[in-house]
Amino acid sequence: MAILVDKNTRVVTQGITGKTGQFHTRMCREYANGAQCFVAGVNPRKAGEDFEGISIFASVREAKDSTGASVSVIYVPPAGAAAAIWEAVEADLDLAICITEGIPVRDMIEVRERMRRENRRTLLLGPNCPGVITPEEIKIGIMPGHIHRKGRIGVVSRSGTLTYEAVAQLTELGLGQSTAVGIGGDPVNGLKHIDVLKLFMDDPDTDAVIMIGEIGGSDEEAAAEWYRTNARKPVVGFIAGVTAPPGKRMGHAGAIISGGKGTAQEKLAVMEACGIRVTKNPAEMGRLLRSVL
Amino acid sequence: MGYTQALSCPNAAPIASMKIHEYQAKEILRRFGVATPRSVPCFSVDEAVDAARQLGGPVWVVKAQIHAGGRGKGGGVKVARSIDEVRDLAGKILGMQLKTHQTGPEGQTVRRLLIEEGADIRKELYLGLVVDRVSQRYVLMASAEGGMDIEEVAAHTPEKIHKAIVDPVVGLRDADADDLARRIGIPEVSLSEARAVLQGLYRACWESDAALAEINPLILTGQGRVVALDAKMNFDANALFRHPDIVAMRDLDEEDPAEIEASKFDLSYISLDGDIGCLVNGAGLAMATMDTIKLYGGSPANFLDVGGGATAEKVTEAFKIMLRNPGLKAILVNIFGGIMKCDTIATGVVTAAREVKLAVPLVVRMKGTNEDLGKKILAESGLPIIAADNMAQAAERVVAAALGAAATTRPGHLPETDHGYPR
Repeated sequence: MAILVDKNTRVVTQGITGKTGQFHTRMCREYANGAQCFVAGVNPRKAGEDFEGISIFASVREAKDSTGASVSVIYVPPAGAAAAIWEAVEADLDLAICITEGIPVRDMIEVRERMRRENRRTLLLGPNCPGVITPEEIKIGIMPGHIHRKGRIGVVSRSGTLTYEAVAQLTELGLGQSTAVGIGGDPVNGLKHIDVLKLFMDDPDTDAVIMIGEIGGSDEEAAAEWYRTNARKPVVGFIAGVTAPPGKRMGHAGAIISGGKGTAQEKLAVMEACGIRVTKNPAEMGRLLRSVL
Repeated sequence: MGYTQALSCPNAAPIASMKIHEYQAKEILRRFGVATPRSVPCFSVDEAVDAARQLGGPVWVVKAQIHAGGRGKGGGVKVARSIDEVRDLAGKILGMQLKTHQTGPEGQTVRRLLIEEGADIRKELYLGLVVDRVSQRYVLMASAEGGMDIEEVAAHTPEKIHKAIVDPVVGLRDADADDLARRIGIPEVSLSEARAVLQGLYRACWESDAALAEINPLILTGQGRVVALDAKMNFDANALFRHPDIVAMRDLDEEDPAEIEASKFDLSYISLDGDIGCLVNGAGLAMATMDTIKLYGGSPANFLDVGGGATAEKVTEAFKIMLRNPGLKAILVNIFGGIMKCDTIATGVVTAAREVKLAVPLVVRMKGTNEDLGKKILAESGLPIIAADNMAQAAERVVAAALGAAATTRPGHLPETDHGYPR
């Protein structure tokens, strides 16, 4: 079962003809059932052509109608990425996964506002995220496929390489993953920790979850508060940024710590109070999870 | 004049941004109808004296222009009651090392001044604007307790900060602006002026892709006018491509030279005060690496994210930037090779170490794609590189190396503990 995507998912790639899109489409197609899953690409100027056998359509709507694709992955450059998200939403897809990094915040405010206002059902993952993988079934995004194993642990994280770190620790301990979801670190985004945690709680193929967060905001606290009254499976957590000095932004995914709120210490305390076991040592994420099974 | 970094909004979204000076922010705000005192930016004492004459007396304010808040408390804002006093104060403030709680202990050199007409302050208020990550909209914040102690107000009495979440489709409605203005004690006769300021601030931010803005203090004058006495605006770095006019306002003198150098190579670098250099791919993993160093008793000298597509050249530049720090005692490279292959990084590390004639201990931990190939390149390089198998071991070894001690960890694993703290 897993969450969000599986081997039956059909994917349209927006930005398939760019350098990044080409590279990752090849990698995704080579992974597990990728050859069956990646069925379409979009580029209005190259409609009717193909990318190494994958048909290119003028729009997401056409790609959906012709191939049955229900999920899109977006590699479109930042200036046009919000419009690409909207195109996927307008085509009424189930899920749009935006990998693009560096989208102006105002563009994201506008597209999110429009999604709410028109009560659209399309879920958005990202932007600025590694994507989602259901190991040995389908990989949609830029994560290294080979570190994953099929299994029963859910992974949700704001950070890319730190997710890989957690996944690799699990795999080394013989613990496979049901689905690993990178929600991305952008200020205005789609699915949050709480949304993915809810999906994992309802997923019969997931036994436990690793939730990885970062300083800033209150998304991890919101997920933890929900978990307090909805805990049906063990969840363990890690928060990056204990040592980040106040007022300094740590890279694209980092955060300003505001008025004592959103610090790693505060997040860890709230998570523990809500029944989530936490570690301050990122090298221990896998072992901590094993200890709660 | 305390800039609060939007202290009063716990869900304020952090956005990579470009800063500008007070006088530049006021220029932008005036274009959107926000009232400010008359003022002239100056680069020399002579210019300051001319500006004061041009503005006319009897009172002027001489204001240091640096990209940090707390200038008033730091002695960078002074009132002058004669032209001679303007000359005297301009001479003292220009060139001074202004230290505030936001500049760090070394302070920031003052290279620009703003000479401003005096204001008749009846009341000091506060206005701020940030992106709220929960509502995913801009949120305006206002308080009747403006001025230098706004950070205390935000920390201890957050109920004194009033908020209005702005619908991006319609903008800030008249009724919402007036409501916010009333809540911070603007009298009815001044409501239309306050509305102009609030709506102007919001529109200026929306149109120019601001990541954060503050007017502190916003003042109510003796005549009931509503005027921005100070202004701060930061802009979304990802949106600068559509604002060449704002890019032209960038002042490189105000930025950390190491961070400027890093940005040229698309590296995300932030100087910190420890002695262990860190080179990592990915911001989350970079923060986690710093945390692990701290956990093992060390202190990171920097945050450095080489991103997803590091080349050998980028890695070399990253080493050069870290080595600008004379206090550096050791370097930890922690790479999780996904798309980026470990052999590429290993080649980059070896090239860089040779090119910069690396004299501090180097610990490398590599994981992921082509890991074995990468380790082989490092081992065969003949360089004194200390290898590590996992993050904890890498941190332990680099901390030991920085202390000058030989790393004597048992290879392969770290002690098992319940809470993740090393014994």
